[in-house]
Amino acid sequence: MSSLRIKNGRVIDPSNHLDAQQDLLIIDGLVVDEKEFGADFAADREIDATGMIVCPGLIDCHVSFREPGFEEDETIETGATAALAGGFTTVADLPDTFPVVDSRASAEFVVRQSDRAAQCRVVPIGAVTKNHAGEELAEIGQLIDGGAIAFSDGKRPISNPEIMRRALQYTSMWNRAILNHAQVPELVQGGQMHEGFQSTVLGLRGMPAAAEEIMVRRDIALAETSNGRVHIMSISSKRSVEEIRQAISRGIQVSADVSPHHLLLTDECLVDYDTNYKVDPPIRTEEHRQALIEGLADGTISCISSDHQPLSEEKKSLEIDQAPFGIAGLETLLPLCVKTLIEPGHLTWSQLICKLTHGPATLLGLDAGTIRPGSVADVTIIAPDETWSIRTDQFQSKSRNNPFDDMVVTGRVKYTIVDGEVRFQCRDAELIRSNKI
Amino acid sequence: MAASPTSSVPIGNWKRRHLLGLEKLDREEIELILDHAAEFKTLQATRSKLSHLNGIVVANLFFEPSTRTKTSFSLAAKRLSADTVDFTASGSSLSKGETFIDTALTIESMGVDLMVVRHSSPGAPELLSRHLKSGVLNAGDGTHEHPTQGLLDIFTMREKLGSLEGKTVTLVGDIKHSRVARSNIWGLQKLGAKVIVCGPPTLIPVEIEQLGVTVAHRFDDVLAESDVINLLRVQFERQRGAFFPSIAEYAHLFGMNKKRLQKSKEDVLILAPGPINRGVEITPDVADGKHSQILHQVTNGLFVRMACLHLLAQTQERKSVIQ
Repeated sequence: MSSLRIKNGRVIDPSNHLDAQQDLLIIDGLVVDEKEFGADFAADREIDATGMIVCPGLIDCHVSFREPGFEEDETIETGATAALAGGFTTVADLPDTFPVVDSRASAEFVVRQSDRAAQCRVVPIGAVTKNHAGEELAEIGQLIDGGAIAFSDGKRPISNPEIMRRALQYTSMWNRAILNHAQVPELVQGGQMHEGFQSTVLGLRGMPAAAEEIMVRRDIALAETSNGRVHIMSISSKRSVEEIRQAISRGIQVSADVSPHHLLLTDECLVDYDTNYKVDPPIRTEEHRQALIEGLADGTISCISSDHQPLSEEKKSLEIDQAPFGIAGLETLLPLCVKTLIEPGHLTWSQLICKLTHGPATLLGLDAGTIRPGSVADVTIIAPDETWSIRTDQFQSKSRNNPFDDMVVTGRVKYTIVDGEVRFQCRDAELIRSNKI
Repeated sequence: MAASPTSSVPIGNWKRRHLLGLEKLDREEIELILDHAAEFKTLQATRSKLSHLNGIVVANLFFEPSTRTKTSFSLAAKRLSADTVDFTASGSSLSKGETFIDTALTIESMGVDLMVVRHSSPGAPELLSRHLKSGVLNAGDGTHEHPTQGLLDIFTMREKLGSLEGKTVTLVGDIKHSRVARSNIWGLQKLGAKVIVCGPPTLIPVEIEQLGVTVAHRFDDVLAESDVINLLRVQFERQRGAFFPSIAEYAHLFGMNKKRLQKSKEDVLILAPGPINRGVEITPDVADGKHSQILHQVTNGLFVRMACLHLLAQTQERKSVIQ
């Protein structure tokens, strides 16, 4: 029997409506009810969490680790290590790989590599269509048998409405969600940034918000007629939020997540043509940014995702219209959420943690995102008031494409625990006290 | 002809190492360049070679095809006694996979002081300016800016009108894909002109009104108030898809012709940054007529570029040893 007590932390578990100053006891990889063992039970090891938040391990509902095929950007091992450093115990890996994860064997490969890495849990998201071509459904049932928990064509929108309708109908057999990159491809072709005043000044081809809004409306209509579950990845437009708000109120199975950079930045950040700010969907204007925050606050947006898109330096060091889209965001998500949501008072800690645990667990149908007694002990410990500087050169990720280098932030992940085992410990975190000598 | 001694052309308060666009220049800086260009025009009346850039190496880095701009820059540098080196993307190491930053760094390490950069990507000269020690002069970056073209247009207007204060300049055509339009808008407004942009809605970039310009979609409606009409070329090569139904329809709605000239001010100036599509943006009789400034623009471009090169050379640290 191995045991770990996390002492005197502020334990927050939104799935359990818990926010209290107490200990958390873990025995043999499971959270247990301390009362059953008595307060004087001597655990093998202890972590003093005074002044810290203890919560379920964070879950990212979509990241890109790009293995197999693009190991120069990230591997499942390096990505999972980066995720741990960001406080994540589970991440869902998009199938934007080569070959695409569109067969049982390829899903099993992701599961196997995750097991080998023994960092955080990496669960595969299977492709909706074979080879992401948008023409034929992938072997969705086989993918589920191989470990796929949801379906997506990654950054390629499922543009054919009939294919999307069939995919929603088909996945409804397992009640699995389809995560769509909602965008009308023809409206953003060649686009580099949000279409608006800034794109006009910079001479960069724009990506209109309407490209997203039209697809969101279509997906809502298809979800309504198909009884499927659709999830909009990295929502970025004000009107999209409004559409989803209304659809949810009508009982349609639609959800959305948002990424921290869309909550923090506006399109003015591209004024120096820095490719680190080039993301898809693009960062939009203040009006859109405010609407995203409102959507989070009122519950329309149920998850926050880093949309981790690691890209090697040689890919990002190109001219802006030739560099690929994406930010490597796993290791900066939490402090950016503190800056944009906690510090201005838009969300409470409990609400924020809900968007990072219970929300994504519900979306992905995972038995995770909770620390109620009996659950697997995936736990994150956060120092909410610690101020530090982001240093991309200290990232665990293989890539450094993140525009927040040197930014002074508050809120730091101190420990990440998977299966009751401390797999990440912040460099300056107190050593765990061991009672086992 | 032998080089004459360096003439004392004052450089005023010029402090910039790079000239990346007119957006960031203030009115005084623009006027300084124009005044400087005017002095070079006077000095060049004798066509003698000047020695202002003696010992300076100017590299023309053209990652996008160009004939007139490249020739103009090359000649401007040579008239000032600079050593010049030309680089074109075709057949270069770019085709072997080298990034353009590495290409520029390689050329710079041969002892270059000033880089004249033309590139199809907006912001490419700005990106280079962050990596290079040499001064960078934007010779056109995608659909962003073309500052020396903007300056030579403005120089030509100022030469004919005296001042741009209160004058109305109408830019006609493909505003969306035009780097010249953006440079014109920034520069003209800073000098006090009113700017109208005119074209079909498909060729007008979104929210351009926020720049302070007036948008018009009917050319005939703005003819009477325009002191200058600058006819921008339809950028067929930068467009994708159909922005207007046919060339004939475009010429019908937005082409400058004799009939429209009759509706214009008596002393209207007709500019076109070129190369012009005769019969599309402008009919031959207007292009070759008395209102046309097209060839003056080309001539003035040389002096504007001499002025820009000279100003940047002054702020550029001279490198006596190749590192």
